[in-house]
Amino acid sequence: MKQKPVISLGKLMNKVLRYTLQVFNYTLFMAIVWYFSIQPPYRQLEEGQAVVTLSFSHAAELREACRRMSQEELLKLPPNMRLPTSCPRERSPVTVELFLDKKLMTRQVVEAPGLHQDQGIDMFHRIKVPAGDHKLRVSMNDDVKVEGPTYRFEKDITLQPEEQVLVDFNANSGGFYINILPKR
Amino acid sequence: MSYINPIKRVYLAIEAWFNLSFGSAWNPLYNLGTLAFFFFWVVLISGLYLFIFFDTSLSGAYASVEYMTHDQWYAAGVMRSLHRYASDAAIVTIMLHMFREFALDRYRGFRWFSWFTGVPTLWMVITLGITGYWLVWDELGLYVAMLSSQLVDALPFMNSAMARNFVGGQLTDRFFTLMAFLHLLGQPLFLVFAIWIHVKRLSFVEITAPIGLSMGSFIALLALSLAAPAVSHGPADMEKVTAVLNLDWFYLAVYPLLDYFTAGQTWMITLGITFFMMIMPWLPPKKTGHAAEVHLDHCNGCEQCADDCPFDAISVQARTDGARYENEVVVHPNLCAACGICVGSCPSSNPFRQKNEQLETGIDMPQFPINDIRERINKAVSELLGDTRIIVIGCDNALDFAGLESSDIKVLSLYCIGMMPPTIVEYALQKGVDGVLITGCRTGDCYYRYGNKWMDQRFDGSRRPILRGRADRDRIKVFRAAETDCKNLRSEVADFRKQLQKLNEAETSNQPGQAHE
Ligand code: HEM
Repeated sequence: MKQKPVISLGKLMNKVLRYTLQVFNYTLFMAIVWYFSIQPPYRQLEEGQAVVTLSFSHAAELREACRRMSQEELLKLPPNMRLPTSCPRERSPVTVELFLDKKLMTRQVVEAPGLHQDQGIDMFHRIKVPAGDHKLRVSMNDDVKVEGPTYRFEKDITLQPEEQVLVDFNANSGGFYINILPKR
Repeated sequence: MSYINPIKRVYLAIEAWFNLSFGSAWNPLYNLGTLAFFFFWVVLISGLYLFIFFDTSLSGAYASVEYMTHDQWYAAGVMRSLHRYASDAAIVTIMLHMFREFALDRYRGFRWFSWFTGVPTLWMVITLGITGYWLVWDELGLYVAMLSSQLVDALPFMNSAMARNFVGGQLTDRFFTLMAFLHLLGQPLFLVFAIWIHVKRLSFVEITAPIGLSMGSFIALLALSLAAPAVSHGPADMEKVTAVLNLDWFYLAVYPLLDYFTAGQTWMITLGITFFMMIMPWLPPKKTGHAAEVHLDHCNGCEQCADDCPFDAISVQARTDGARYENEVVVHPNLCAACGICVGSCPSSNPFRQKNEQLETGIDMPQFPINDIRERINKAVSELLGDTRIIVIGCDNALDFAGLESSDIKVLSLYCIGMMPPTIVEYALQKGVDGVLITGCRTGDCYYRYGNKWMDQRFDGSRRPILRGRADRDRIKVFRAAETDCKNLRSEVADFRKQLQKLNEAETSNQPGQAHE
């Protein structure tokens, strides 16, 4: 009642052949493992490209300024809510435009997050650009009450291939700036 | 031969190829789950060694990995390569495991749970690999960190830009320590838990691969580690975006999607595929047969069926019917796969009992009771003609052998070959057939996991109920065949005919004038 393997190579099928086939199978397996663990290479940037990263956090201006409540308005409110001024919490959307050599590279419009649209925005945007000398211009509007940009920034930059330049923003120190990373 | 879908054909061909070189005991395709475990062991042990030299700080991580790779290439370097390649091999193995269950249609019906829980388990393995690449803190680690952050930032409940951490230079050790914690402890613990859930509905879960297969795989991994040691990219540099990276596609294939889609869309795509995979068992659903039923008046509480059930669907409890036995068994219909293996386990499934009445057993399949099986044998015996009268007994999930029927061959297909009580074979021979040919799923593989193995053990006397010595083994042949092995089965039948002819001739010459009975 001996059992035969499903496919039988009969007497030809000696041990040596079996082990040779095993070595072949293991080699194939490891070749697949090795190959896809590093190949095919993945290209993030084309030859000679660099990256401008626009990344900052900023709380935009309020949509409406605080104002004094009129007597009539106050009377309409329950007594415990009668504050002399009204300050709506909603913030303006932020519009950022980034130009490189007068060419608009990106225009981002971000609404203030939060249930009451009262929180600051986080911007993170990467733009692939050719390496070399460029005129960088960034402008932002963060106040619906103002027509046109509330912040502007211009700088001549030189980018090496694969270099990343970080365009950051800080309202307290005047707006946009190039963030030079601390050297390791 | 009935229609076999091309995916199954491809799978069965690969399986046959491996049977040729590894034999069924070492066939990697029959050991994919255990092989994945084996690779996890290699990952664990090499990982523990790496941990001794790894500096879990942002500033020290890269240098410590460089030290291991180059200064200590003969030990830590090899360990690093083993760690990487075993992780990759685990993914290949898991993918094959998935492909196998899919190709053989073993993912629907009662198997939905294993499939459904397998999908998130695979994600856990992948994310474990992702944090691993992060920890090297080379250019690839930075890429992984950067793009993972973009993905995290796109989640609706995240309102701070994590990605900003990886350009602004204000990255602190705390974040990195969190990753180290996740990779070294958090994720592995979750993974172990997930795998435990994954195999929870099964019994006799094998987690150790056969020694020959483990050794072969280890030697292969070691050879690869020496031939092509794993190395890092340049150190992470936040002022730089590396143009070309050598991605590990087994783990990091999701990230390049971000070149074509927004982070939100990438989430939708991956979640969509994951969700689709998880509901596959219902596309379309597969009906599981009627669960086994216990007949207490024929059950003596021997527990053999509970021991044999591959799906943990039978438990033992104290006797409820006042009979003198201590225990009885209970079937849990929601776990029962309707394989009928319990019928083959039950000592009461003996066709020599209750000769002139309905045959009843302790545990039976309501849609194909043991009495029907005996009737089918009786009918076959009465219809068979010629001097090599053969009954072929097989199962519904392997080669469709109905085409073998002829004047001297009758076929009997059971739910699973494990459903066959050994006494059935003895009974057929005693009733006067010349031979019993047993087929069913390929050795090493069984649609219901353990049908083949239990049958073999019953036949060799190591599992009850056993095939008794008085059954003439020369008149029993086992040849297992998958759906594509049609030709092989036919030639085996022809050989068996010849063998039986010879036996008959020998017997008639020994006992002149007496027919074989
Ligand atoms: C993460 C790694 C995984 C490991 C270590 C693993 C391991 C196992 C093991 C040991 C078994 C039991 C096999 C047996 O004893 O018959 C099993 C069964 C199963 N696995 Fe996995 N598995 C993994 C991932 C997956 C994935 C990703 C899927 C599919 C999406 C999957 C689908 C299945 C199915 C359908 C079964 C049921 C087999 C049966 O009922 O016979 N597994 N797995």
